[in-house]
Amino acid sequence: MMPSDNLSTYLVISILLFFLGIYGMVRHRSFIGMLISSEFILNGASLNFVAFNRFLAPNPAVGQIFALFIMGLAAAESSVIVSIVLMLYHRYRSIDPDKVHDLKH
Amino acid sequence: MQMLTEGVFVIFIIFIFAGGYVAVSARYLMNAVLGLALSLLGVAGLYFRLGSPFLALMQTLIYVGAVCVIIAFGIMVGPKSRHHEERRIMGRRNFILAASAVAVGFVLLAGNVIGAGWVPAAAVNRDFSVAFLGQNLLFNFCLAFELISVLLLTAILGALIIANIGREENRS
Repeated sequence: MMPSDNLSTYLVISILLFFLGIYGMVRHRSFIGMLISSEFILNGASLNFVAFNRFLAPNPAVGQIFALFIMGLAAAESSVIVSIVLMLYHRYRSIDPDKVHDLKH
Repeated sequence: MQMLTEGVFVIFIIFIFAGGYVAVSARYLMNAVLGLALSLLGVAGLYFRLGSPFLALMQTLIYVGAVCVIIAFGIMVGPKSRHHEERRIMGRRNFILAASAVAVGFVLLAGNVIGAGWVPAAAVNRDFSVAFLGQNLLFNFCLAFELISVLLLTAILGALIIANIGREENRS
């Protein structure tokens, strides 16, 4: 069987994407970098859904719809996060998570 | 033909991980966004290989076309150019800790996934056409469809309001 026709190949790729995202989340020192890493985590999850959908699921629309849902969620999430980052930048003059420790006011 | 398919598949995987490496380890945020775009394009190729060209189109349109552009705007509008470079305070010890934690997680999960015996459903429908997807989206999964539209509306309004708060404070 060819590797591109095998469920395990896709699952391993999606796990790699997921952990790449987690590693980037730990390594990046800015909110935007963390947002970029979170996109990797979401993509790993949605690739997982589509792979299971292709090889195992009885109804081939369910996984695709779930992946579409994740995409819409990611678009909404990134727009909200970018506007929060802009607000934080106006207030703190920095996008470093370590410098933004005061959320009282 | 089969070899060609496999070659394109390998090229897409290389896209994903080259882009991912750049996005995770780039020193400048703009390079990280470009890496993200390359990686997402590779994922779109895998969707195409998995039999859903509609999803590949949407991935390119929404992720590469919208999300990456929003992030690039966030980088360009917000911090000044000298802030584009990230401060790196992660020492060698923290780097090794993070990398080993991620590696252990990956090995555990991948071992389980490869070892598991996946059983397909008894009756598998192989209709991957856009028409079938659209029928399902508008009849069986109508709630999800409506929910995502309400969610997008709320997110856009929320983003506008939050951005406006920041502007007003900056003015006063």
